[in-house]
Amino acid sequence: MAKHTLSVLVEDVPGVLTRVASLFARRAFNIHSLAVGPTEIDGISRMTVVVDAEGDSLEQVTKQLNKLINVIKIVELLPETSVQRDHIMIKVRADAATRLQVTQAAELFRASVIDVSTDSLVVEATGNAAKIDALLAVLEPFGIREIVQSGTLAVGRGSKSMSDRALKTL
Amino acid sequence: MSNSTPANPASVAKSINRTKDAAAAVSSVVEASNPVQGPNNIVAPTQMTGSQAIVRSLEELGVKDVFGLPGGAILPTYDPLMDSTKINHVLVRHEQGAGHAAQGFAMASGEVGVCIATSGPGATNLVTALADANMDSVPMVAITGQVHSAFIGSDAFQEADIVGITMPITKHAFLVTKAEDIPQTLASAFYLAQTGRPGPVLVDITKDAQQSEMTFSWPPKVDLPGYRVVTRGHNKQLREAAKLIASATRPVFYVGGGVIKANAHEELKKFAEFINAPVVTTLTARGAFPDSHEQHVGMPGMHGAVSAVTALQQADLLITLGARFDDRVTGVLSSFAPNAKVIHADIDPAEISKNRVADVPIVGSLDEIIPQLHEACATRFENEAPQDLTGWWGMLNRLRETYPIGYTETKDGLSAPQNVIQRIGELTGPEGIYVAGVGQHQMWAAQFVKYERPRSWLNSAGLGTMGFSVPAAMGAKVADPDRVVWAIDGDGCFQMTNQELATCVINQIPIKVAVINNSSLGMVRQWQTLFYDGRYSNTDLNTGHGTARVPDFVKLADAYGCVGLRCERDEDIDATIKQALEINDRPVVIDFVVSADSMVWPMVPSGVSNDEIQIAKGMTPEWEEED
Repeated sequence: MAKHTLSVLVEDVPGVLTRVASLFARRAFNIHSLAVGPTEIDGISRMTVVVDAEGDSLEQVTKQLNKLINVIKIVELLPETSVQRDHIMIKVRADAATRLQVTQAAELFRASVIDVSTDSLVVEATGNAAKIDALLAVLEPFGIREIVQSGTLAVGRGSKSMSDRALKTL
Repeated sequence: MSNSTPANPASVAKSINRTKDAAAAVSSVVEASNPVQGPNNIVAPTQMTGSQAIVRSLEELGVKDVFGLPGGAILPTYDPLMDSTKINHVLVRHEQGAGHAAQGFAMASGEVGVCIATSGPGATNLVTALADANMDSVPMVAITGQVHSAFIGSDAFQEADIVGITMPITKHAFLVTKAEDIPQTLASAFYLAQTGRPGPVLVDITKDAQQSEMTFSWPPKVDLPGYRVVTRGHNKQLREAAKLIASATRPVFYVGGGVIKANAHEELKKFAEFINAPVVTTLTARGAFPDSHEQHVGMPGMHGAVSAVTALQQADLLITLGARFDDRVTGVLSSFAPNAKVIHADIDPAEISKNRVADVPIVGSLDEIIPQLHEACATRFENEAPQDLTGWWGMLNRLRETYPIGYTETKDGLSAPQNVIQRIGELTGPEGIYVAGVGQHQMWAAQFVKYERPRSWLNSAGLGTMGFSVPAAMGAKVADPDRVVWAIDGDGCFQMTNQELATCVINQIPIKVAVINNSSLGMVRQWQTLFYDGRYSNTDLNTGHGTARVPDFVKLADAYGCVGLRCERDEDIDATIKQALEINDRPVVIDFVVSADSMVWPMVPSGVSNDEIQIAKGMTPEWEEED
């Protein structure tokens, strides 16, 4: 099923994450990734939700989310009109013999090495899902010890601000 | 354009935007008026405790009756409640009873029903009623005490995360930990409960918030930035709808409970008469359109009338008003009304195209949409005469005459339950209020009582809560004390909540309870008869004819101080009902001993198309072509 990215402005109140997460669970919608953080406006948070849904099902997701009292606005961010990034930290096996190869691979992806020990490195990268997958494929032969990855973050291209428009209606 | 079948992702994004933007366009209208209900007195800042603020807020919100039961965490609030001259508190015997009573109160009056319980088990006992109200869109506010805010999360005595528990079964749930937030939260709760698609709202208030001092003033500001209600239908969609109505040859009004919630029954009657299309009223909409009206072709669904089920199946247009294509109405969804276009008007955008894709979606309140639709059709008809519906009516009239709702006499000499219920309806009349539990007796009460006005039929439709009847009837009687209120209950249901008879006796709430006693869990037994070769696993309750009668309902009624009557013969039915109708100083319980073998017909077996409707076991109607 196609993945769609929803940018959801919510009131920053206790329980709002639970409400959104449990809505997905009880309506049997698939959540691919979820990232939550504050916005430029006090009291309003943004959830970036990547859902496995399309057509009527995607419409139901947004309508049901809209019914939650704490949800203020929902916009779907399309790949062609938005910038979407994941953030990943990868702990890779790297000893004296392989360390240089790993750091060179990281450089090719404009990833940076943020921790070094005698037998491992932590590589940090930001990019879209395809780039992250490619980086993982290159590092895989060295031995990946651990992966920590964020949900997708996304913002619309151009000067318009979603929260500006949402707040105008308040 | 239908917003249900997006051709590309861009249109999806647009429709997502539109949902809120369309709402935003009308929000100023909604919010310009004060969203705080009640007498709207201005109260200058006054020092008081959180508990006093709860009671005062309820008074300012116009609440006159509440149902509840005190306990540790709500104790502070019960103290000032004792002094309130404006609020009548009805002490129930079980919190579930308070919840259903609040529902019954709300369903009979259209106002917000209120129930109060303590933390932990008090609160969890409200859960069934909250879920029930959520399914049937009943406006109610539940106030629960919560442990001291410093103890939350410590597994304190009588602690339960009731906000977490009720999140999926309420319209919204609030936790209040500060006294100063009480007025605003309660005003918001009432606003949410009764506007838009009505529903239950829970307000959980910690003990320290109740005990702390605060400054009370009224009205508070209701600030719900994420909550907008669209009430007016979109003109373009209304014109589209009128176009479909003008060209339809087999249109049907598919009327749901939303018409009653929106108080739009008069508008519906005018509009339906203007279009002259058949009307079906669902289980929650019984009374939204008079049963005696010649355009009414019955209740649709699993136990619907042949004429109503067929009308929907063979329609070329469903004019859907405040209904939600529930599985008990549609049967197998893919085979439901296969040739019909769908106009779907509802206040909840999420209901539109949830189960059945709508060709013309209209979001708004039916009391505005129906007159708008009426006007749009009148305009349309000036240039385009509507289709002749004579052939359509000919077929439906023949079905109505050939397959009326009826029943066969019993073979065991016991009374037919359908007859008992029909006589209750006939002897009481359409001004009564009829409140059912869940099961066979509920279906018979929906079929055999004639409903002429909204809010005369209350039942648990969506959740199907056994035990709904007695406490809900109690709530309805409190809301509307001048009406005769019948709890038409089953022997199984009655044993789940009959403790509220004590509440009725003590508080002089003289409801009438007709226990349709077939000595079994009748609907389950019916399925066992039909689908499990008559293997009656755990459905015999031993309350009826030829059993040990545990309990004896007449003695039980007597023990509570009610009048207990028993009716075992057909010839006594009328006299017993009349006797009950003459007693108005205390509750009456009638044990109607009926046959366990009576079944609810017609029936669409589970998992098949509505075309497979059976009028009796293995018997399907003979279909014919329309003229």
